[in-house]
Amino acid sequence: MSNAGSETGAGAQAGALLAVLPEVPRLPDRSVVQLAFPHRERYAEMVQAFRDAGFETCADLCAVDYLTHPGRSLPDGVKAERFEVVVNLLSLSMRQRVRIRVQVPEGDPVVSSLVDIYSGTEAMEREAFDMMGIIFEGHPDLTRILMPEDWEGHPLRKDYGVGRVPVQFKEAPGPR
Amino acid sequence: MSEHDEDTEATDTEPDTEAEGARTVGTSRHLAEAAALNAETSEGAQELMDRSSTGAGELRREVGAVLRLPEGNFVNPDDIDIERRDDDTMIINMGPQHPSTHGVLRLMLELDGETVLRTKPIIGYLHTGMEKTGEELTYVQGATNVTRMDYLSPLTNELVFSLATEALLGVELPPRAVWIRMLMAELQRVSSHLMWMATNGMDLGSTSMMIYGFREREMVLAFFEKTTGLRMNHNYIRPGGVAADLPDGWQDDVDVICDTVMARTFEYDELLTGQPIFRERTEAVGNLTAEEALALSVTGPILRSTGVPWDLRRTMPYLDYDKLDFDVIVGTYGDNFDRYSIRLNEIRESIKMIRQIADRMPVGDYRVQDRKVTPPPRARIDESMEALIHHFKIFTEGFRVPEGEVYVAIESPRGELGCYMVSDGTSKPYRMHIRGPSFVNLQALPVLLRGGLMADAVAIISSVDPVMGEVDR
Repeated sequence: MSNAGSETGAGAQAGALLAVLPEVPRLPDRSVVQLAFPHRERYAEMVQAFRDAGFETCADLCAVDYLTHPGRSLPDGVKAERFEVVVNLLSLSMRQRVRIRVQVPEGDPVVSSLVDIYSGTEAMEREAFDMMGIIFEGHPDLTRILMPEDWEGHPLRKDYGVGRVPVQFKEAPGPR
Repeated sequence: MSEHDEDTEATDTEPDTEAEGARTVGTSRHLAEAAALNAETSEGAQELMDRSSTGAGELRREVGAVLRLPEGNFVNPDDIDIERRDDDTMIINMGPQHPSTHGVLRLMLELDGETVLRTKPIIGYLHTGMEKTGEELTYVQGATNVTRMDYLSPLTNELVFSLATEALLGVELPPRAVWIRMLMAELQRVSSHLMWMATNGMDLGSTSMMIYGFREREMVLAFFEKTTGLRMNHNYIRPGGVAADLPDGWQDDVDVICDTVMARTFEYDELLTGQPIFRERTEAVGNLTAEEALALSVTGPILRSTGVPWDLRRTMPYLDYDKLDFDVIVGTYGDNFDRYSIRLNEIRESIKMIRQIADRMPVGDYRVQDRKVTPPPRARIDESMEALIHHFKIFTEGFRVPEGEVYVAIESPRGELGCYMVSDGTSKPYRMHIRGPSFVNLQALPVLLRGGLMADAVAIISSVDPVMGEVDR
């Protein structure tokens, strides 16, 4: 673990921050980086609270499809869903990272967008939408970013048929 | 700018007196053809739409979106000229084959004469699904995949992948492996920044700088070839250490590289830094504030150019960077010139670090002596049955990594290079996400370009230093 530089640092401050949101389930202090598991309805609210508490920038946002690996360790009170949106926030002033993992159900893959809180998540959310099919509510321009506009399916999903499409053709532009 | 561009034809309705006669004859046919061509080549909603198809609210929102800034925060809605008629402005397409877009970056620019109003980077032309591929390769094979992402600094990609794997494994590296990694990572930074100096010089019309930059970079690549066997895409840094020990006489090679490149940086000073034309073209061009940079998640030299002293080697040390003496270079104005001088001075800082590393390189193993993680030496396979089994298992099945997830970030030449890795306990990563600094930094482009001149666009794109392999992955 000593080589994972990003995982080190005093966790006390972020711990104090998490105490602000006591009802958010979280795993016990794992490798110092704080993990939080808000419900998706409280997710944007929580990110906003972190931003107000001094996490100036959102380092990373990505989605994970847990279709074939459902038995991951989650704290009590968090219901495992198929998708997870993982947000890494970074505080430059406190030299702290915090990781927020939100459960997103398969039938309704919608979470609120963070663009209004961290503008830098714009491209990352588009990528998560493109690759995983997570819909970010309130995103100003939720279109595909890496794949062609008329591509069917979301390639990083575990049930995506690799090699299913032999050649790609382009037709009329997709709906805005 | 691509001159024969269908989108331009379709949207450019500027009255042209000379072509007026010819145009009236075949207008309808011309328009129909243009529309058909447009439909055929358009990427649809990914593109920047023209003003006629965007309402006032939509335009404000789009400017907010395109600038990647929340409206209330930085963009004053009154500044957005929604009354402007379509024929005052022109949407042109730059790339993806434009030589100055450093790969296959495509930009749609809305221009008012020479001034850039809106910009939208369109990416994905080099998307090869490397994150998906990463899920199909074992941890042993994975480094060959990630090394192809940021092809100008492949070793940093391997480093972040290996650090993430080792964090999940809980492996402690021998000191020599750590220091070899630091040595290679800093040499990589030198070569990457030299390459940037070269291409940036070329974009600003200094062809000599292009030749010089490539010449010096070649020295570093020759050393990489000697050490790793390949000039690029080395697969040298692997989970558990590095692939091979440094070659005999490596100190001499490193000394020569350090002395030569250090001396040459002062030649670059003479060639570019004090040169009036270069300064005119870079100073106060493409300004960015610290608030904008942080809001846009921008990292690396671009963030530091705005005066934020954020360098992961210093602020969140990994490897043994906390044992080295170096300075974090910061700028003041966040303009092109600051980004240039930061990279030039980072070359010098890296050389300073390389000299310290070469002096203090510990002796010992260059990889973990755990046969479950690193393959046995070739000679042992002939003698020991156990070594043969380990060798076979590692190269067929790979090693199993305990369940868990981890995010590791390092400072690549372009900014924060992160790896989010999820393991389900098998020998392949369940999910391997790379946070590419270029991908995120590209979001700053619309802000940097806004209100500037078209002639500066090339210089600004260059100063962001995007590597499309990493943007699209």
